[in-house]
Amino acid sequence: MTPQVHYVLRLADTNLVLAQRLGEWVGHAPALEEDLGMANVALDLLGQARLLLAHAGRLEGEGRDEDDLAYLREESEYFNLTLVEQPNGDFGDTVVRQFLFDAWQFGLYEALARSQDATLAAIAAKGLKETAYHLRYSGGWLVRLGDGTPESHARVERSLRELWPFTNELFDDDETDRAVAAEGIGVLPSSILPAWSARVDETLARATLVRPAPARFGWYGKQGRHSEHLGYLLAEMQSLHRAHPGAAW
Amino acid sequence: MSAQARVPSTPSPELLARLHGILAQVADPEIPVLSVLDLGLVRHLLFDGDGRLEVGIAPTYSGCPANAVIKADVLRALASAGFDAVAVEVLSPPWSSDWLSEEGRRKLEAFGIAPPAGRGNAPAACPRCRSVRTSRISEFGSTPCKALYRCEACLEPFDYFKCI
Repeated sequence: MTPQVHYVLRLADTNLVLAQRLGEWVGHAPALEEDLGMANVALDLLGQARLLLAHAGRLEGEGRDEDDLAYLREESEYFNLTLVEQPNGDFGDTVVRQFLFDAWQFGLYEALARSQDATLAAIAAKGLKETAYHLRYSGGWLVRLGDGTPESHARVERSLRELWPFTNELFDDDETDRAVAAEGIGVLPSSILPAWSARVDETLARATLVRPAPARFGWYGKQGRHSEHLGYLLAEMQSLHRAHPGAAW
Repeated sequence: MSAQARVPSTPSPELLARLHGILAQVADPEIPVLSVLDLGLVRHLLFDGDGRLEVGIAPTYSGCPANAVIKADVLRALASAGFDAVAVEVLSPPWSSDWLSEEGRRKLEAFGIAPPAGRGNAPAACPRCRSVRTSRISEFGSTPCKALYRCEACLEPFDYFKCI
């Protein structure tokens, strides 16, 4: 697999897995409005994932389409960030995960819109408009919960502490990242850390939350080594296609 | 394919007007008062050397299920008018609510959906009673392109075309 295909799959898988997670809220969110919110954010991320998967399939040139890539790869062949496969937890856990992710994806897409890969640049420029909207939503909820009641504050403070260690992987440069960045195709993860930190700190301050202490790095989902949660998610997501190959609505 | 057979050409003004007339009748499946032209979704119309029409269509939201329906409806309308057409997806420049035409904005409002009023802004007024006293119910709505608001004067809820 070329670094470019590996890189595009990382972006696609990260979106696809998070879309699947958010979809789990449908019918279960605390209010109808948030049910709609989760479903709509999931739909945008799924749409971006489809564009990215189709692009990865074309770059790979082995005839795999978006469905083959989404439904017929094993856990170790998924390259999503470990953060997005974490269980939804309570609504506060989901809000914190979404905010940390949205702030990252916003900076990523801003930079990726200048990629030498014209398709990737177009997907990023398009996605940026959607992600900006998501970031306003998740950031708004983080402020409301953090600066809310003692109960909501304590709970999102705990969510932040538990999810923070997963953010290291968002800014870790590995061989694939360095290869695509050198060609002007991809964004070097460490290069978007300063803007992310500033954006996160600004919202945390409004939410009366304190940035947790740096954690030791320990997650490698983007290299195909996942936490225990991804396998269950894929089993559910892929079961229908595997039982009925080529099934269509 | 030979190079000279693939030279694309733009339609003549008369033909373009006819094509626009056909496309003006293709409605958005979710907001039927808007045509694909009002939404700014048709990016180019080109004839290839073999007389086949290529229609460049921009998707709205990346995951909107209406994108596939819009493409099929455009091709069906052109085929029934006798055009051999193919659709290509145009991602760049990206579609946003800025692509909505002035006529589209007027039609939206008449239909009861407040048109976009600038990123991060609330709708300018309630589409029913024109009051500026509105409050947000939800940043997301029944389709990817809408948010939910309520008028504090007439107390009616209404849709707001999301501004992205």
